[in-house]
Amino acid sequence: MLKILLPLLGLAALAFLPNFVSDYGLGLLIGAVTYVTLASAWALFSGHTRYVSLATVAFYGTGAYTVAVLNEAMPYPAVLAVTALIGAAMALVVGLSTLRLAGVYFVIFTFGLSELVRQLITWYEVNVTGTLGRYIFLDVTARGIYWQMLALAALTIGLTAWIHRSRLGLGLRVIGDDETVAAHSGINLARTKLIAFVLSAVVLTLAGAIVSPRWVYVEPSIVFNPTVSFLTVIMALLGGANRLWGPALGAVPLFLAFEWLSSHFPDTYPIFLGLLFIGVVFALPDGVLAGIEKLRAKRKGAAQ
Amino acid sequence: MLLTTLILGLVLGGTYALLALGLTLQYGIARIMNLAYGELTLIPAFILVALFQASGLSPLLSLVILAPAGYGLGWLLYTVMMRPLVARSGASGRLEVDSILATFGLLFLIQGVLLVVFGANFTSISYLDRGVDILGVSVALNRVIAFGICVVVAAGLIVALARTRWGLVMRAVALTPGSAPLVGIDVNRVARQGFALGTALAAVAGSSVAMYQTFSATGGVVFTMKALVIVIMGGVGNVTGALIAGLALGLVETFVATAIDPGLTLAATFAIFLIVLLWKPQGLFGGR
Repeated sequence: MLKILLPLLGLAALAFLPNFVSDYGLGLLIGAVTYVTLASAWALFSGHTRYVSLATVAFYGTGAYTVAVLNEAMPYPAVLAVTALIGAAMALVVGLSTLRLAGVYFVIFTFGLSELVRQLITWYEVNVTGTLGRYIFLDVTARGIYWQMLALAALTIGLTAWIHRSRLGLGLRVIGDDETVAAHSGINLARTKLIAFVLSAVVLTLAGAIVSPRWVYVEPSIVFNPTVSFLTVIMALLGGANRLWGPALGAVPLFLAFEWLSSHFPDTYPIFLGLLFIGVVFALPDGVLAGIEKLRAKRKGAAQ
Repeated sequence: MLLTTLILGLVLGGTYALLALGLTLQYGIARIMNLAYGELTLIPAFILVALFQASGLSPLLSLVILAPAGYGLGWLLYTVMMRPLVARSGASGRLEVDSILATFGLLFLIQGVLLVVFGANFTSISYLDRGVDILGVSVALNRVIAFGICVVVAAGLIVALARTRWGLVMRAVALTPGSAPLVGIDVNRVARQGFALGTALAAVAGSSVAMYQTFSATGGVVFTMKALVIVIMGGVGNVTGALIAGLALGLVETFVATAIDPGLTLAATFAIFLIVLLWKPQGLFGGR
């Protein structure tokens, strides 16, 4: 009971938070919640299966760009629905062509995907529509964006919790441990991976769509910023990608750290990011939560 | 028109093939999926340009220095960064994920350093930028030299792998790293050599790119992507396959750039990748 009640109380408290912070604080809140959503959605697929997706920003950017294209043509809810469909379609194309094969093909495909989408959109805009860059004029306040993103984050974590308990989650875990065993125990490998990947991609795309009014002016080189993919992976890894709350736990402190670094060391902060990333991979391969548990187990062992 | 595309495509493909040879060695022998590979080609490219602009050092001379330096860098990277990951993973399949993540971090680290040191602008030098007549097609001399480097290096590598004892050991590790120790092969040493040699090839490829192409500090991803696609096309660890696939990709790209639009070359690369994945994921020349 407490396990459900506590997060709900926390969610309610977070929903009231904008009343007590400045505009800058609200901006930080939106950023933090966005990364909680991205990292959780990334971990939804990659956490258990260990299929490292490097294409977060391909979906996130597509979401933002879709809103930029459609925001004057359709009502907002319809735009969001179309965005989700586009994200799902993209994930289906990537998943159907790579997820039947070994994991490395998937990684390679996602590695170049955001660059591909960026170049294709740039090419299309320059050659077909003749304009590069679009404006988003939507009647959404910063608070509205915050609440939407908070809802999406809650939905993602809720969905992850549900998947952890379902057959799908069990299937994903077995696949992550050993694909041969998974195949022999009757798990439909491709379908299980595909479902999780599409779900994760839809959330990533929606996150981009929701946050897009913050940009006002949108251009492929702005929305397809590879740093977003990078940050998402390191946040999920730091917290622990196969835990329910791991990605959220990694996202908040790292997002604040990056905000600080990028404003104080605008030129050199990618170097810090790279070092931090390598540090996490070496020192905390399973995330902070697993690290703490290991340490506790060791202490217990020493005490006995 | 067709002949021009063909020759220019082959010349470009030579560089791609060279680019892919290093990656196929790193992945095939050392089992490291190196996502920072493109950045490892950019470092020598920037150094070559800096040396040329500062002291007028001939790029061909720089190449002679940069290739062994690349070997040294690769050796160091493997010893400091990759070896602990290999040791940690043991025989489990964990190495692939770990190496992907670690080199993804390395990618941003190197890119950050390059941005700070050399800036974000596109860089190029004009070196031997005069046309040479090949079968009635005018090709810039620097491109011809780059192609020549590719032919020499690739031929040397193929002969060394196929004919020498050293090559036999390399192939043994590439084929079955588990059984290689049974016949007295030090897998760790061979993997380190393979990784270092791959980095040296990256240095050679980067230097030849710098001779005739403009490039920027953020462009490494595209190099890595193209090299990866060629490696998959040729079959992992298959040197001859990578060579042929590289030339083919150069041809296709040049054809797309001249006949359709230069902005769609990466899309063409992806299209080829998709076709290979759907049709023959083990590589065009793989029999497995």
